[in-house]
Amino acid sequence: MTELLIREGPPDSSGTAPGSSVALPTPPTRRERLHRVLRFLGHRPGLVVASLVVLLVLVAAFAPGVLAPGDPNIGVVAEKLRPPSAAHLFGTDYLGRDVYTRVVHGASLSLQATVIAVAVALLVGGLLGLLAGFVGRWVDEALMRVVDVLLSIPAILLSLALITALGYGTVKVAIAVGVASVASFARVMRAETMRIRRSTYVEAARSVGTRWYVTLWRHVLPNAAGPVLVLAVLEFGLAILAVSSLSFLGYGAPPPAPEWGSLIAEGRNYLATSWWLCAMPGLTIAATVLSVNRISRALDGEWSGAR
Amino acid sequence: MTGTLPRYLLRRLGTAVAVLWAAYTVSFVVLYLLPGDPVTTMASGGLDGEPLTPEQIEALKARYGFDKPLIVQYGTRLWAALHGDLGASIQNGQEVRSAILEALPPTVQIALGGLLVAVVLGGGLAIAATYTSQRWLRQLLMALPSLAVSLPVFWVGLMLVQIFAFGLRWLPSVGASGFPALVLPSITLGLPMGALLAQVLAKSLTTVLDEPYVQTARAKGAGRAAIHLRHALQNAAIPALTVLGYVAGNLLAGTVVVETVFTRPGLGRLTVQAVGVQDIPLVQGIVLFASLVFVGVNLLVDLIYPVLDPRIAEGVPATS
Amino acid sequence: MSGASGPVLEVTDLDVGYRISGGHIHAVRGASLTVGEGEVVAVVGESGSGKSTLAQAVIGLLPANGTIDGGSIRLRGSTDVTELAGLSEKAFREVRGRRIGLVPQDPTVSLNPVQRIGVQVGEVLRVHGLADKRTARLRAVELLARAGLPDPEVRAGQYPHELSGGMRQRVLIAIAIAARPGLIIADEPTSALDATVQQRILDHLDTLRAETGTAMLLITHDLGVAADRADRVVVMAGGRIVEEGPVDRILADPADPYTRTLVAAAPGLSPLSAPRIPPQPSGRPIVQVSGLTKDFPLPRVQGRRGVLRAVDDVSFDIARGETLALVGESGSGKSTTARLVLRLADPTAGEIRFDGADITRVKGRAWRELRRRAQLVYQNPYASLDPRFSVEEVVTEPLRAFAVGSPAQRRTRAAELVGRVALPASVLARKPAELSGGQRQRIAIARALALSPDLVVCDEPVSALDVSVQAQVLALLEELRADQGLTYLFISHDLAVVRRIAHRVGVMREGRLLELRPTEELFTDPREDYTRDLLGAIAGRRHATDAA
Repeated sequence: MTELLIREGPPDSSGTAPGSSVALPTPPTRRERLHRVLRFLGHRPGLVVASLVVLLVLVAAFAPGVLAPGDPNIGVVAEKLRPPSAAHLFGTDYLGRDVYTRVVHGASLSLQATVIAVAVALLVGGLLGLLAGFVGRWVDEALMRVVDVLLSIPAILLSLALITALGYGTVKVAIAVGVASVASFARVMRAETMRIRRSTYVEAARSVGTRWYVTLWRHVLPNAAGPVLVLAVLEFGLAILAVSSLSFLGYGAPPPAPEWGSLIAEGRNYLATSWWLCAMPGLTIAATVLSVNRISRALDGEWSGAR
Repeated sequence: MTGTLPRYLLRRLGTAVAVLWAAYTVSFVVLYLLPGDPVTTMASGGLDGEPLTPEQIEALKARYGFDKPLIVQYGTRLWAALHGDLGASIQNGQEVRSAILEALPPTVQIALGGLLVAVVLGGGLAIAATYTSQRWLRQLLMALPSLAVSLPVFWVGLMLVQIFAFGLRWLPSVGASGFPALVLPSITLGLPMGALLAQVLAKSLTTVLDEPYVQTARAKGAGRAAIHLRHALQNAAIPALTVLGYVAGNLLAGTVVVETVFTRPGLGRLTVQAVGVQDIPLVQGIVLFASLVFVGVNLLVDLIYPVLDPRIAEGVPATS
Repeated sequence: MSGASGPVLEVTDLDVGYRISGGHIHAVRGASLTVGEGEVVAVVGESGSGKSTLAQAVIGLLPANGTIDGGSIRLRGSTDVTELAGLSEKAFREVRGRRIGLVPQDPTVSLNPVQRIGVQVGEVLRVHGLADKRTARLRAVELLARAGLPDPEVRAGQYPHELSGGMRQRVLIAIAIAARPGLIIADEPTSALDATVQQRILDHLDTLRAETGTAMLLITHDLGVAADRADRVVVMAGGRIVEEGPVDRILADPADPYTRTLVAAAPGLSPLSAPRIPPQPSGRPIVQVSGLTKDFPLPRVQGRRGVLRAVDDVSFDIARGETLALVGESGSGKSTTARLVLRLADPTAGEIRFDGADITRVKGRAWRELRRRAQLVYQNPYASLDPRFSVEEVVTEPLRAFAVGSPAQRRTRAAELVGRVALPASVLARKPAELSGGQRQRIAIARALALSPDLVVCDEPVSALDVSVQAQVLALLEELRADQGLTYLFISHDLAVVRRIAHRVGVMREGRLLELRPTEELFTDPREDYTRDLLGAIAGRRHATDAA
């Protein structure tokens, strides 16, 4: 009886429908899983490169000495404005400082600002969105109006207004960038929370007697986390760009400290003669953002689709 | 059924006004409530170095109304703003409104130029990428926008200057005179927005081309181009239009960086200066003006939606 | 239609495959069939049988990763015979719409939402140069009239969202017949519609087809529809044709074992042989509903706020151990009634008693206590299970909610529960995504049984499942009822399904309970005209009565 009931597909009839009565697919072994990951990466060399770039940037941020042992603020004036060569990978600047060393050491400040920005946006925005989506009704209405307003002020202007009030500095720039993207996080988190809260499986959980806070913890949060984390990774790239823009405009750390944006601002005066001063830090930013975006895209769909 | 469209418009207009009021409030909260009022900043010699006496400070505070309770300040300033009076710049005493209006024309030029670049480049790329049946070409075209949104805008501007002004000597590197000076700033401003537009439109077109009604059109024997332009594009346009509204509303913000890179006069430069000296009334004025533009542009977009999709005018939720 | 002779469509040894990442799947293998002039051939199969792929291959609309790997598809025209396999896209455009018309599956999404109806109908004529802009408009109105659409001039100027699903299907039929093709492919043409609407539209399509002598390839999962409409039936399973023949022969004497299970499982085909249902139990009523009413506020129209009365003065009792079914078409209020009984929604008026106690307005503790005793099985087993949960977590969720037993005891109980719904204990570690639709619905049933409830409300529990799986799940439900003394409130749109399981059936329409009678009585002697319409619309019934 049991076997008969498990049969789902058409029963075998002299081999016309092979394999259709298999009750359950076999779960993959660890070896198969590893194999699958490798094949996934093998088809995506870009993703592998992107991961390596991000890894390098992380090393630069936490242990810059490993990649560039020199002091970023000491230069040999005699060797100023040298184009890229074996001795100076990214060339030297107007004080003879090694641009590569400055870029590597700049990663720390730039990344610190980015992480703070994303954390602010993720925490504040995520909580607001969760609240709006889960409680609904007037709470949702009120919070979403606030979000609409925040969205109607262009992000960089909102950041600039905050900087006007808070003053200059890496951390302040970071907070300004983070606050400016609270709204988009709140939106996504709310949309996800709503979608899941209204899903049949959450209603099913409620109808078997699960309490609302258990539902929130066990169903809503885990299912909403995915898309929000994908957004967080994407936001990471955007925050690098926003932070470097503000640093380029001169609102970041004061001059001798190397920040990616301010490095480009410094190099700007020598644009006509020494292209590498702008090009090299810019390429570093671009490579980092591109890699982060690539990873975000992989998290977003390709991996779950490829499984 | 009559009366639904005006009702839709009225609702949108009401929302727009409410958003503007709220934007005013938010900018007030950020600028006036957070530590550091502009007079104190000036007093400490933030600008020209000369510290002021306590009497001078009090006089200045009284002149700008900073001595009154915040709620009173909020009320009087909001009332004045409703009459178009955004106060005076602390930096030089100029009317904020006239300062903004003076700085506007060169900014409008590159904003329109940027918008043109964004629409032509973004729209063209998305249509081409979804139309081609060559797999490699499609993948190449689709990769371009994600590359473009990863580049820092100011860096792109500098590199364009490096190549086209210093290297090839085709176009001027700085300044605001004549059409040639407009080209590079417009491209710099339009590139990231065009990339965003291309991404959204391409994604939307791809989705729409998989819809059953496109299958119906194919089953009628309609050709590829006819399906792409007559059936898919109009349906795919809604999300793209939303992004376009967002992009156009953010053009002003983009000019902050672009005008700095190309050393052009305009609203963007004015902003940078105002932030630099903590000129709170001017910064608030610019923020308000930007959200006015944003709200205005999106109101325009709301007007176009019902033309593109008849369901929207009647309050039927569009599924696309 | 003279010149070339032979069948309109001749498919020989057709192989169709899909390229997928890391492989190739064969969707159709070695399929051969013919459709003669004016003949209706039904291709019947369950999901994944390859029937839709076959149809797509014939009309040249395979997905981008699908290819014809072998065989031929020959379409006879007025003068010659065209080989469709390997035909260029450009040449195929002359065939689609002109020589083969398509009636697609879901009318609600198959019309361009931003184009007027008339333009969309006229397009097929303009594409094939059969009309210019002006005449296309006139012809479109004519065609809409022929397809049985009332006020065709008005409809031609409207947008799809202003038309009902049935009207949209008629528009699609107008498009399919516009260029007078020799063959129409109807891909599950009405499965998205209510039964009575479905019946009328298929009747109309039959008439139109008979007038012009057009042949039709009918793709359907419903053997009942095939039996009613087709001259010959082709049965597909696993990408192959397992049997074909005249309708009567297939139904009366199916040669292939798979066809036999399909015929046996088709709910509408055997309504005359009374199904085995134990006598109606006459215990104390577990649920008593009287005067139940539910209003939903409508969006403001012209400043006034209307209400939609979804449930209108409904009263019934359910005896302990009984299966009471509520049937009706979409919008009849049957699902809302179920949710009211479970107190997942608040009634506007009326009274609900559960096991004697008034639960109409219970809140807090009492409401939670009710969750223990009354459970719900949802229609869609794909949506009702949290995709991140393992089966064990799903099944033990009610136990956790009421803190029943230790984790180890719960695990034991979970194994016992999946065993009771006839699944092996190994499913406990799986995620819902790894299971088939029928297996998931069994899991949902196991979850409903976890707290040993008195009442289980089943909201369309089998309508998302293939026919043969439907039969198994229904059998399981009946077995559980008998073994555990469960009481069911069974919600369905499908009278044929209801007949197999219910003791009593209530027919609902526009919120009201029209009649509530013992099942056999209702089926043999319906009192209401509407019930008669519903009964008449059961697919396969026409054939069954003819044969009797």
